[in-house]
Amino acid sequence: MAQVNLRKLVKHYDETPAVRGIDLDIPDKEFVVLVGPSGCGKTTTLRMIAGLEDVTDGDVLIGGEVVNDMPPKERDIAMVFQNYALYPHMTVYENMSFGLRLKKVPKEEIARRVQAAAQILDIGRLLERKPKQLSGGQRQRVAMGRAIVRNPKVFLFDEPLSNLDAQLRVQMRIEIKKVHQKVRTTTVYVTHDQVEAMTLADRVVVMNNGRIEQVGAPNDLYHAPATKFVASFIGSPAMNLMPCRLEEAAGGLRVRLSEQLELPVPAERTARYRAHAGKPSLLFGLRPEHIIEQRPHLDPGQQPFEAKINVVEPMGMETLVYFAVNGAEVCGRVEPAAAGGEGSRMKLVADLRRMHLIDDSTGRVL
Amino acid sequence: MLEGALPRKSGSMKRDRRSALVWSYFFLVLFVIFFLTPPIYMFITSLKSSAEVGAVTNPWWVYHPTLENYQALIFSPDYQTFFVNSAMVSVVVVIVTMLISIPAAFALARMKFWGSATLAMGVFLTYLIPETLLFIPLFKIFAWVNETFDIQLINHWWVCIIIFPTLTVPFCTWIMIGYFASIPKELDEAALIDGAGYLQMLTRIFIPVALPGIIAATIFAFTVSWADFLYPLAFTTSADQMLLPTGIYSTLIKGDVYAWGQIMAACLLGALPPLLIYAFLMDYYIAGLTAGATKG
Amino acid sequence: MAAVIPAAPAAARKRGGLRRLGRRKSTVAFLMTLPLLILIGTLVVYPTLYAIHLAMLNKSLERFVGLSNFSFLFTRETFWMVVKQSCIFAISAVLFKAIIGFCVAHFVHNVPAKGQRKWRGMLLIPWVIPPAMSTLGWFWLLDPSYSAFNWVFVRLGIPSVSWLGDADWARFSVILVNVWYGAPFFLIMYLAALKSVPEQLYEAAEIDGASWWQKIRYITLPMMRNIISITVLFSLIVTFANFDIVRILTSGGPIDRTHVFATWAFLLGINGGDIALGAAVSLFMFPILAVAAYFILRDISRRGNEA
Repeated sequence: MAQVNLRKLVKHYDETPAVRGIDLDIPDKEFVVLVGPSGCGKTTTLRMIAGLEDVTDGDVLIGGEVVNDMPPKERDIAMVFQNYALYPHMTVYENMSFGLRLKKVPKEEIARRVQAAAQILDIGRLLERKPKQLSGGQRQRVAMGRAIVRNPKVFLFDEPLSNLDAQLRVQMRIEIKKVHQKVRTTTVYVTHDQVEAMTLADRVVVMNNGRIEQVGAPNDLYHAPATKFVASFIGSPAMNLMPCRLEEAAGGLRVRLSEQLELPVPAERTARYRAHAGKPSLLFGLRPEHIIEQRPHLDPGQQPFEAKINVVEPMGMETLVYFAVNGAEVCGRVEPAAAGGEGSRMKLVADLRRMHLIDDSTGRVL
Repeated sequence: MLEGALPRKSGSMKRDRRSALVWSYFFLVLFVIFFLTPPIYMFITSLKSSAEVGAVTNPWWVYHPTLENYQALIFSPDYQTFFVNSAMVSVVVVIVTMLISIPAAFALARMKFWGSATLAMGVFLTYLIPETLLFIPLFKIFAWVNETFDIQLINHWWVCIIIFPTLTVPFCTWIMIGYFASIPKELDEAALIDGAGYLQMLTRIFIPVALPGIIAATIFAFTVSWADFLYPLAFTTSADQMLLPTGIYSTLIKGDVYAWGQIMAACLLGALPPLLIYAFLMDYYIAGLTAGATKG
Repeated sequence: MAAVIPAAPAAARKRGGLRRLGRRKSTVAFLMTLPLLILIGTLVVYPTLYAIHLAMLNKSLERFVGLSNFSFLFTRETFWMVVKQSCIFAISAVLFKAIIGFCVAHFVHNVPAKGQRKWRGMLLIPWVIPPAMSTLGWFWLLDPSYSAFNWVFVRLGIPSVSWLGDADWARFSVILVNVWYGAPFFLIMYLAALKSVPEQLYEAAEIDGASWWQKIRYITLPMMRNIISITVLFSLIVTFANFDIVRILTSGGPIDRTHVFATWAFLLGINGGDIALGAAVSLFMFPILAVAAYFILRDISRRGNEA
């Protein structure tokens, strides 16, 4: 069993805390992505799992065993580095077989394993080349091949796609997902790109400032963020957050965004939000795709309003329109044909069944 | 990285790194003792009167330290002559070296003309021809010049100004080629567009940007000139023409009587200029050494 | 001398202008390298050829005697001793310098970065002191009557050593001083090379299961291969042709047991007045230097391609 457990994991560099207490349970075969901005502690956590950093406090368990004092080579892990870390003076074959050669695995076994990994990654014809003769994508595949060949308990990925151009990144994402389907090994993957996190992970761990903000399946994090940070970090373009006031009105609650604009809270949420009515620092959150152009039929919960469009960004598939509410810039996604020009007034519809209410003083989603 | 010899099956990184650190410090101290013992001993001896040098007391300690050796040297006209000769030679050689090396390096690094690559290689090759091969034919050549043109070259310190550049120019050119080559070509193109000629490019762009390399090359040229022993030994015989290394060697060792206190003081004083340059400009000094190989 | 870019003239005129520019550029370049060429031509290349000519004259430099100086040397026992001594000194000294330089570079590299400068500064001092002067210091340290080392030995009950008087000890001393002087050079070179190996390669190897020795063997040494071979070959040349240390320490004695090509050539040519023979002796260095130079060039150009 190759589950990974982190218990109250803490890391300090001299006096600076990098990781402030992480608890995480990763079951066997799960693909977990640690995502967050630079400096949030995700890479430090990964390196502690690998054994490349010492643990200040807390425990790292791999396969049920506490491995804090175990050097990396005994933890039975494999790592794919951001800069590939391929041995430049060895061929692809030698790079991939290095770990096995050190363990004195017999040559036929090595050949078998390398060929199997090369086939999964489609690098069979590159085996005799040296790293400097390979493209970025090919090098990344060799780095993964090196990890697969070892047949470890856990794969660790440290921002492996950051050095690739945008198109290649999309391709490689799919490759990594395919590899995980074939070789079902527990994987811990670190990235700052939330798109990678959402597309690759079984579960996403959003980290900020050394702590875990939220853990959950990608869709759960998208539709039910627990904190303001998660709400604004996940999803692109980011969720619109507008300061608002929650007012009682005619048997229900209304969200007042500006002098001109107020929106009704859906009935099913009234009970949940009532206690927070009148609180000073409230934020109204709504994703851009839930602000659309007006259509002939209105679903319950969809509230029409008008806004003057400041900026129009045609994206091909859709058009982003930006307008101001009480000074804050808000983004909506509309059909390209329906979009007005810059400066025009447009009729939009907000789907309030998807709204979020956030208490800015605590950062928690209510 | 470097684990100690202690047997250990598993250990956290911190423990391994700490033991590697302890062993590293241990060996570093040993090697520092090995490398610094001779100079320190030279210093100890230089503080001894000749009586104490000859006595049977602990050679590693000075019981009655005295500065008489240093005083004698500083006021000795012979020693002063050596110092001045060496200083003049070294400074002039540095200037000559820079005047020859910098334009040549610029031309070889930047202005790709026919044969520039082979020439650069050839420059490096000549550096590998040692002075121990050249001093005999040079001796003959200088004697011939003496007879034919009546220019006194043998036994005059200024002959060193002529031959020392052979020791310094090839390597300095090599260093400078490396530094010049590492300046991005876009700077050239920007300068050309701005209307600069090649000479202006050299003086206004390349030299300022490659200044660390120039300093390193200057230091190299100075220390090599200051320290050379064979050429002065072969070509200067009277004391007033000698440079520092040969002067100390030839005159302070008078027959059977070795004035060790003075000799050691003379050596240390003589080593002072390179040591001072090294102390204040250590990074340039080292850059000069490594530039030759790593920028090769 | 401003290289003005011609501004959109007719095509033919433009071509002529550029050609003139090209010619001018290469003449300027040539003029800039001319002093270098004159210096090397007259003071290095010409003397080398002249040395070959001199070696084929008789002692009074009047008659041409072909190769008889060389065949004469072959019959002298001292000559073969000098060959053997020069080779042994060069090879063993370079070997020790390389090993010491390599190991100490690792030790310095292990120390936290801020402290490295101090250690590096102290360890390079033997190289900074002019060899003529530091060798005099060693000469005093190894003095037959007053050696400070012997003083310590005697106090420890070990018999004192005739550092410069006994043939084998004299050879050892020459190698010792050579290693003392030259190891810091290797240290500096290897330290710079060590720093250029990316740390992540070691981490990847650590995860692959490599011990410290395997890391050195499979990562450090291969990545440093070029710098190692360049420094070793370079040092072989310089050590082989070394003059200062032997001359000051032993003057070639006792009984010619520490003579190397350089010192013996000096003795015969300058002290003995037999220029032709001295030239012949020093020319024997040439084949070995040429071979080493060939390997250096090959490695340097190979490095240039790999970069």
